[in-house]
Amino acid sequence: MSKENKDNQKLLTSFEFEPGKVEKGYTDRRLYINLSENKIEEKPIDLEAKETFTGGRGYGIWYLWNAVSSNTKWNDPENEIIFCTGPICGVTQYSGTGKTHVVTLSPETGTVNDNNVGGYLAPFLKFSGWDLLEIQDKAKEDVIIFIDGNKGKVVIEEVPGINSDTYLLIEKLTEKYADDEKDKRNLSIVSSGRGAENTNLGILNVTWYDVRRKKVRIKQAGRGGTGSVFRDKKILAIVTKYSGVNAGSNNAAYPELLKKAGQRLTKEISKLDHIQNGMRETGTVNLLDHMQNYNCLPVHNFKFGSHPDAFKIENKIWHQRMTQNQAGDSCWMGCAMRCAHAVDGFELSTGPLKGEKVLVDGPEYETTAGFGGNCGCFDPDFVLEANFYCDNYGMDTIGVSTTMAFLMECYENNIINKEITEGLELNFGNIKAALELIHQMAEGKGFGKIAGLGIRQIKKILVEKYGADAEFLQDIGMECKGMEFSEYVTKESLAQQGGYGMANKGPQHDENWLIFMDQVNNQIPTFEDKAAAIRYFSLFRTWFSLVGLCKLPWNDIEPEDNKQKYHGMEAAKVPEHLENYCWLFEGVTGKQLTPEELILQSERVHNLQRIFNLKMGFGTREHDIIPYRAVGPVTAEEYESRRELYDQQLQEIVNFDIKDKTTEEKIKTLRDYREEQYQKLCDAVYERRGWSSNGVPTLENIIKLKIDFPEILELVKKYQS
Amino acid sequence: MIKVNGRDREWEKNLTVDLLLKKCKYSFPLIMVKVNGKYIPKEKYQNTLIMDGDDVQVIHSIAGG
Repeated sequence: MSKENKDNQKLLTSFEFEPGKVEKGYTDRRLYINLSENKIEEKPIDLEAKETFTGGRGYGIWYLWNAVSSNTKWNDPENEIIFCTGPICGVTQYSGTGKTHVVTLSPETGTVNDNNVGGYLAPFLKFSGWDLLEIQDKAKEDVIIFIDGNKGKVVIEEVPGINSDTYLLIEKLTEKYADDEKDKRNLSIVSSGRGAENTNLGILNVTWYDVRRKKVRIKQAGRGGTGSVFRDKKILAIVTKYSGVNAGSNNAAYPELLKKAGQRLTKEISKLDHIQNGMRETGTVNLLDHMQNYNCLPVHNFKFGSHPDAFKIENKIWHQRMTQNQAGDSCWMGCAMRCAHAVDGFELSTGPLKGEKVLVDGPEYETTAGFGGNCGCFDPDFVLEANFYCDNYGMDTIGVSTTMAFLMECYENNIINKEITEGLELNFGNIKAALELIHQMAEGKGFGKIAGLGIRQIKKILVEKYGADAEFLQDIGMECKGMEFSEYVTKESLAQQGGYGMANKGPQHDENWLIFMDQVNNQIPTFEDKAAAIRYFSLFRTWFSLVGLCKLPWNDIEPEDNKQKYHGMEAAKVPEHLENYCWLFEGVTGKQLTPEELILQSERVHNLQRIFNLKMGFGTREHDIIPYRAVGPVTAEEYESRRELYDQQLQEIVNFDIKDKTTEEKIKTLRDYREEQYQKLCDAVYERRGWSSNGVPTLENIIKLKIDFPEILELVKKYQS
Repeated sequence: MIKVNGRDREWEKNLTVDLLLKKCKYSFPLIMVKVNGKYIPKEKYQNTLIMDGDDVQVIHSIAGG
């Protein structure tokens, strides 16, 4: 902190609490902070909530449900931002147990949003004594919330006039709050940046300390604008400090079960990662080559699934650029997956830190595919610079790149021009313009002010102010429920179209990723098969967020003989890992859990989230519609790029005689067919989920799931036909 | 005619597993191949002939996003 900032610092309030007491993975209490009243309170976790919603995101959604009304907007004082831990969170004997789950009302979708993020926050929060950190209302000036888990103290300080950008802020705060170098590993800081203040695409950065590099590292809670809520509440940072993590910190009921599961998984990772996905070598970016080879890499706003220049950003390049001579890094203690990677000493060529040599965390697959493929900028230096600045400014690389790709297509179609963009030539591949747009978005200046609103609001402006064709924008604007699509081309996978469209929070792949099972392996050919997969995997993936787990160790590594021992969907569940999860849950909580009960735990929360959407004015069938670009070729250019495939489908599947037909006629026929398929899939999924044909959970289902709380019943009854 | 992952595909003489994977552009390193339900180890891809009417499964072990 500069001297000037120190002088401006003002203690607003402090609160003392009894330091952490974790019993069988839970503390059974939540830390509530009201920022306008400077009130800090200990509140209990309601026993019924614990029984019904398990923990983590389940708690977060339930307590947010109780905090807001159907009229609450994301930037209203009563909206909360809730940081959740789960019962398995913090277990050091198993990989991927450090996830924080963040719940709030989203500025993009207007409804409940959830994110998961690595780093040390959730375990430190729990071991400090809190299952949840629940923050409501807004401060007058920027504040830092400091939670000292060992001393049992929470302090809120007013700190006006500090640059909120993450990169420099977390370094300064680490120096300020750590007693010495060794103590830095006991800190986890949440921050965001000016981009979160000026756009709807704000993220949260959560830190962990890299003792090898002696650098603060970050992970992101990226989707739906959670960081924009954080900055709207004028939270500059949350600093959590806790020392003393060990294998017994969760006071697990049966530690031997944790050990058994952990040893089994660690052996697999050590033996197989280098011949399976190479998560230790480059992390998620390994996917890029496969998406390119199987026509799933988004190129030019999802028009195409591959590009001849993709080799410039392929996995091999990142092998060379990532500066690690050994396996990657663990963003939580004890994780053998070690998928965190970084590029050190990257010299920035633009922006406020131009000329600085910085550490870039990543890049992950989504960032590389989004900026590299989707925006047509196949340049690793550009990907790194965009990655760095989005993180630093607190902006979502997926939201920004998908929005930018949409704007580039608008520019190339003369829907927007240099007059509207204030001089930016937003052609696909224009790196200079792309970087300038990122800076403008973060500053809330120039055309960046419009771009930062996200695709849904941009479409409205382009139609109302500039007379754009609303139907065409609906077709090519890759958003659903207000959230931008993550980076996969789904045209040839009906199941993944549904996985995106029927996801509760919007088209993010963390609820479903079924592309290969469907498009390539053809393991789920019928509507019923696809519906079963969409139901099962969305619930299975939801479970990670209830208990505090990362998804990656589930299926980014699998037993050597998994595909030989098991078949079809069963193999995709990775049964031995599912068994690990049952052991973990029982090992920590002492409660036996069958695979069916695991799904039931998720189903309660998943249905609550769907009903929450309903409460906020969404949550019905019309909101599950996806843009046609996600379903099939919108333009002649797209159709012609895969004419052989589409012609064949028209003839063999649709029984349409293509002779003498124009491309436009073929596009229309294919579209009618594919849109009908999507609707049939919705029918099948709703039925499988126990929802009405309007996509609303039935009363019978709600009662069966034991989530028949009075206000839930009252709300849902309005939608029963 | 053969089936590859349940979809029809033209058969040709001297079609090996290795050749089929190339023709299908199945470049993913982690795949499991079965011909008529029988598992074919990787080292036998070059020598295993696919006959007309065979049912081939090529399962990709990709986790994705």
